[in-house]
Parts: sequence; structure tokens; C-alpha cells
Amino acid sequence: MCGIVGLIHKNNGGSENVGSQMTSMLQALKHRGPDSTGYAMYGKSNNNNYIMRFKVAESEDVKGGYDIHTKISKRIDEVDSRLKSLGVKIISKDNPTEYSLRYEVSISKDIKNVVDYLEDIEGVEILSVGHSLELIKDLGDANVVSNQYKLDGFKGTHGIGHTRMATESDVDISSAHPYWAYPFSDISVVHNGQLTNYWTNRRDLERRGHRFSSKCDSELIAVYIADKMNQGVDLETAMKDSVKYLDGVFTYIVATKDQLGMAKDVMAAKPMVVYESEDMIALASEEVAIRTLFDSQIDTFDPYHGEVRVWKN
Amino acid sequence: MEKLKNEKSHEMGLHKEALKGRTQQRFFSAEEGENLTYFNSFDVDTSKKASIDAKNMTPREINTKIRELMQQGFGDITIDNPMSRHGVGVGILNRLNLTFNDSLGYFGCGLIDGPNIHIKGRVGWSCGENMMAGTVVIEKNAGSTFGAAIRGGDLVCKGSVGARTGIDQKGGTIIVGGDTGAFSGFMMQRGRMIICGNAGLNLGDSMYDGTIYVGGEIEGLGVDCVQGEMTDLDIYYLSSKLDLYGIKTPNGIEKMNKYVSGKQLWNYDKLEPSEKKLVL
Repeated sequence: MCGIVGLIHKNNGGSENVGSQMTSMLQALKHRGPDSTGYAMYGKSNNNNYIMRFKVAESEDVKGGYDIHTKISKRIDEVDSRLKSLGVKIISKDNPTEYSLRYEVSISKDIKNVVDYLEDIEGVEILSVGHSLELIKDLGDANVVSNQYKLDGFKGTHGIGHTRMATESDVDISSAHPYWAYPFSDISVVHNGQLTNYWTNRRDLERRGHRFSSKCDSELIAVYIADKMNQGVDLETAMKDSVKYLDGVFTYIVATKDQLGMAKDVMAAKPMVVYESEDMIALASEEVAIRTLFDSQIDTFDPYHGEVRVWKN
Repeated sequence: MEKLKNEKSHEMGLHKEALKGRTQQRFFSAEEGENLTYFNSFDVDTSKKASIDAKNMTPREINTKIRELMQQGFGDITIDNPMSRHGVGVGILNRLNLTFNDSLGYFGCGLIDGPNIHIKGRVGWSCGENMMAGTVVIEKNAGSTFGAAIRGGDLVCKGSVGARTGIDQKGGTIIVGGDTGAFSGFMMQRGRMIICGNAGLNLGDSMYDGTIYVGGEIEGLGVDCVQGEMTDLDIYYLSSKLDLYGIKTPNGIEKMNKYVSGKQLWNYDKLEPSEKKLVL
């Protein structure tokens, strides 16, 4: 059934501990899906450089195979080499796990070309590229992933997260949420539900040059939003259009560099609870997640069918 | 067992199975003097008060504690800090004054028969599901499927509720002080629903029976839901029911509209009222 959360702080300059807040919210939703947990968090924006989060293998791969460690090492070398050949400057490198990496890079070319060239390497998948977006996802519950990637100290303005019960596709990092809206920097999506016109719409979007990294229906939303924004449509309009375009039952949350939006299907079949104050907005599949941030009673509401809301920080 | 074996149903060849091990199955006899009390229902004294701080308790611990207190005769229980947890206050089958000084999560106060429950916060999805009798009053908003399959009692939300309010309602009264979402009264079979504010799409879709009153605007009626005629009796009923809970309609009771089923079910409409009750 999956659990989704979203959080945006207003006027705080990126000083909130979004990492620990997201972890507490996601851990409270563990019962909605223990297979994998993912975060898309927005730190302080660096307009010159990009943060690139990517993986060179699945976490399950590392547990088996005699030469996987050598392969991983070779893949990372190949990534470095290809970045160099494209003239991309690597400012800093970090590898929270053996198979998952975080690079701060200076890219002067089109992001799409860089991503396509890197994903041509076996096992490499770019999870996100953005000035402030950092997308982290792995198997296990929120506490496991947060400890593994040291997310408790992550400071930022907003974020979205997902705890997954796999129903439509595999239990792996590729099928875990959130999804980055390739090739647009700083756009990510989490989704709870099932899309029944996934294949029809996927073929349509593929014909228009979009890439899918998984067979998870949720990725369709990210790609659709990316396609709309590519046509110059603003986020709120794109989301309103998506409610008609997508068939099935769904609630999803989108985040951009400075916005957070939610949309609900026309039958209001999937849950969403919203807390709104002057300082922050918190959304979750269940209020119990939002309550991890508050000791006392809060006012919340359920958005209605087909409803789309967008907030700015 | 000996007593059961001699009962008429056994003479007719029913209930031949041996009862052993753990079971919740019980056979009642029509000749039994008192057969209207449930398992786990308690004789409580409403002047005996107790409170629980549920901040660090699991839903199971909260429900067990309520049961223990009822067993000790406490008839007025207050729960502080349930922290929007799910499935709290369920399965209470006797009179009890229960107050939650906070919000509840999903499936709060379901499967109840008799208690008067006051929730000072909000409730999540499916509050009061399958309730048989008693009252549940919520001060703030409620989630979707509010009062799903309710059979009796009064379920009152002073704020607005989500979608599919009173889905499969089989009796009782659901009162909403604010608005409701889409598909409210979906497959409603009996009982009354009072919506003081606006109603979403497909109100009363596929309803068999029952009555829906709406004070505000309706986004759209569902299949087989038609407008009925308001009578003096309806106005009297609405006025006394809403007064009971201190709820006001934005446009006044006289301007409320009534919606009923327009369905002509081939089988259902041929039944006598007593037979209808059996199939519902």
C-alpha cells in the first residue's frame, strides 16, 4: 500500500533538520511498506554546481557474485573517465555505500547528454541531478536507510519520502521511490497507488524520447511531469493535467527546487493528510507520521477528489 | 455442552460440531433468560472515573487498558495523548463515557455497541466503522469512509470529512457539520446522513434505501439517487438531532434538501418491509 510524506519549511533558509524529520515521519509509516525507503531532500541551493546521486549496482548484487567488488570499482572508474571526457569537473566525491555515490560536479553541457552517457555503463543509474536535490533510496525501513546514508544531519528546506510495499515491480533500488524527473534537475516524485494506463502512457512518452529506468508505474508520473514542464507548463498546471491523464487510484507528491505539490485521483481512493501552518506544511498518508513532529494536537484535513495543491517555500 | 445438545437447533441437526480449543463462536438459546449481553461487556459505573496517558502506549496496550478499567467498573475514562494512533477505542460493547483528548488515526472507535465517545481532535479513515449503538462525537475533521457500514447510533463530525462517508451504511445517523467528499452514501442501505455543508461528486451513488440531507451545494448526484420531498417531520427531525449536538447549518434547516433512492430493484422492491430487513 506504500506510505508517502512531504515536508516544506517556509522562510528558514535551509537550516531545518529535514533529514531527521523525514526519517521520523517515514519510520512511523513502516507498516505501510517495509521493502524500501527513499528520500528526495532539498538542501542549500548551489547555483554553480550540481549534486549527482547515482548507483553502480543494486544492494542485492553486492551480497552475491565473486567479482562484484571489482566490477563496482571498474564502473566507478568508468564514470570518472566519462565525466572527464565530457569536460565535467568533479568537485567532491562521497560514497555512503560501496554501490551508491554522491558527486558534486560542475556541468556546462546539457544534463541529459551527461546522464545518458553515464547510464550507458552497465549497472549505472543516475538517481538524481540537481542544484539542491539529493535523492537517496535503498532497501529497508527509514532507520536502516538513514543510518546507512547518515541522513540525520541533513539540513534543508523541504523533502519528500516514500516507504514501499512492492506490488507492481521488484524489490530493488531501481523500483524504489522517489523518482527523479529525468532530465530536469531538482524535480522528484513519490506515489502511492496503482496506475492502470501505465503501459499505454509509457509507450507514448518513450516515443517522445523519455527514458524509464524501471517498470514501476510510479515512474510514469515523474516522466509525465518532466514532459509537461519541458513544454513550458508550470508545475500546478502539469499536476492538474495529470489527474485527467493518469488512470487508476493514486495520491502523489512532487517537489521542485522551491515547491511542493500534491495531487489526488478523482475517486479519492488513496489517503493523504495535510497539516498547514505559517511556518511549514507537512503531508503524509497517515496523520500518525505528521504527529512525530508535534507533541500536541494539530489541525489537519484530507484533500478531496481530484484536488491539486502546490506550496512554495 | 450437554445443555446445548438439548436445544432445538441441535435437535434439528444444526451445530453438530464439537466445541473445543479456542473459539469465539457462541450459540444462544431463545429460551435463555438473558442473551443480550456480549462477551467482554462489563457492568460499569459512570461515576467512577479514570484516565490514561497513552503517549508511549501501542494501540493494543491502550485498548487492553480500557478493557481492564471497564472490568474494574470504571465507567468514565479519559485518554490523553493517543497521538493519532490507529485502531484505538474499538470493540467496546457496553455503556461507557470515553473521552480522547487528542486525535485518532485509522479505524478509531469501530465495532462498538453502546459507549458515548468524545474525540477532541481529528480522526483518520473509517472512524466508527460497523458501530451498532452509542454516540461518537468528533470536534474536528475526519478522514474518508467515515462510518462505513454503520448499523446504529449517532456518528457526529463537527468538521469536514473525506470521501465515501457512510459507504454501505445500514442504519444509524451520520452527521457532518462541514463538507463531505465524493461518493458519500455510496451503496447506502438504511439510516440517515445529515451533511450541513457541501457534498462531493456522486452523492448517494447506488443507494438502496435510507435518507441523505444536504445543507449546501452538491457537486453531483450518483446513479439512482434522487431528490425527495422535505416534510415537516424531516424538519422536526433535523432540528432536534442537530440541536442535540449543537450543530448549526450554514443556510438554515428549512433550506436543506433531502435525497433518497430512486432505485427500482427488481428483487428488492418486491419484498415486504420485514423481508427487506432480513436481506440488509
